[in-house]
Amino acid sequence: MSFLGRVVHWFLDPAHWHGDFGIPNRVEEHVVMSLVATGAALLIALPIGLTLGHFGRGGALAINISNVGRALPSFAILVIAVQLVGIGPKPAFLALVALAVPPIMTNSFVGMRDVSPDLRDAARGLGMSDLRVLLRVELPNALPVVMAGVRTAGVQVVATATLAALVGWGGLGRFIIDGFSQLDYVQVFAGALLVVVLSAVAELSLALLQWALTPAGIRSAAAADRGHAVRATAPVAEPAT
Amino acid sequence: MAPAASAPLLDATEPWIRWNWVGGHVDLILGDLGQHVELTVIAVGAGLLIAIPIGVLAWRYRGSRAPVLGLAGAVYTIPSLALFALLVPWTGLTVLTAEIGLVSYTLLILVRNIVVGLDGVPAEVRDAALGMGYRPLRQLLRVELPLALPVIIAGLRIATVTTIGLITITALIGEGGLGQLLYDGLQRDFRTPLVVGSVLSVALAVVADLSLALVQRLLTPWRTA
Repeated sequence: MSFLGRVVHWFLDPAHWHGDFGIPNRVEEHVVMSLVATGAALLIALPIGLTLGHFGRGGALAINISNVGRALPSFAILVIAVQLVGIGPKPAFLALVALAVPPIMTNSFVGMRDVSPDLRDAARGLGMSDLRVLLRVELPNALPVVMAGVRTAGVQVVATATLAALVGWGGLGRFIIDGFSQLDYVQVFAGALLVVVLSAVAELSLALLQWALTPAGIRSAAAADRGHAVRATAPVAEPAT
Repeated sequence: MAPAASAPLLDATEPWIRWNWVGGHVDLILGDLGQHVELTVIAVGAGLLIAIPIGVLAWRYRGSRAPVLGLAGAVYTIPSLALFALLVPWTGLTVLTAEIGLVSYTLLILVRNIVVGLDGVPAEVRDAALGMGYRPLRQLLRVELPLALPVIIAGLRIATVTTIGLITITALIGEGGLGQLLYDGLQRDFRTPLVVGSVLSVALAVVADLSLALVQRLLTPWRTA
């Protein structure tokens, strides 16, 4: 049987659809871990990034954090986390949070800082209080950029959760890592396909969420922004590691 | 069973770095560092060679832009471990597998920045070049690409730093540069190679980024900022 035929067979085998080592359970582990880690990163990064951006302070800090984050390989974060808290779900969680914080923090900072001063002035001229300016003008206008950061972070978390199989945790990476150690390339390939599908689903859902949360009035402006270059300091989607 | 899963208890008293191990393994460490640099140079170099014609074509023929960038973007969202895993059945545990994956990841960043960089060339500069009798190819090489250089090099910096990080993953397919130190440390539960591999990987990324920033300043002397 051809290689791809054996991969199809692997997927059709009912044994791969049941129990702790089955596909449904691995998907669930992967999704739950990704959601919890991204949620924790949001709790940490959003307040800091939005506050710094609102006051226009700490820009160097916010941007450097994201550049250092890019230089530090996620595999290195993961293995160091193992040394700190042992193998299993804990190092995976810590490493994923550490990965997700920089893009969210940088983007919420940049999003808030770059709200046009004219808009703020106009809102004040209309008699809005500071709090209302913050809630009704700054936050909605910053939202597309903030959400772009959340999307980058979320996609990267889903991707990196795959690596967590290396440190004794489950998720879809198990199929790839176990396949490699058993020289079972059918399993490796099938696991990789599952990971690709889950990443695509994550990417699309977050894109949809970003679109849904963007106020209709600034959707077209946000769309016009999409063609921008990737610059050294600009927030950019990273290849998921 | 993954090797790491069988690792029993961690020894919290193990120091983060044992200098005598480092001293005894200088050749190994330098070898891994050398391989890391080599894999990076090949990936980014090949990526650039492929990205320049694609970028220029996508810029010239607007209709091809969306499909080209869309395809590159789709590859970009594939997690690296999965991309390597998809390639291994066809190309084996080889340098080729590692490089195909690494080059694919550089393409989105490079092509996009080439297109945007060329887009940014002011129309009046292009008109002036045309008026001076530049042929299209000469205009591209002498006017448009040089003016797009800052944006292209910005992309090159991101691609390089990203590649240096990704190579740690290729240790899993046996071609990992400094990633081999990380993997070794993980399997033996030995902190020193972990720390050495991580620190050198970050240092390499920083040095590469700063060197490319310097190259940009030297290549574009007309920009004083």
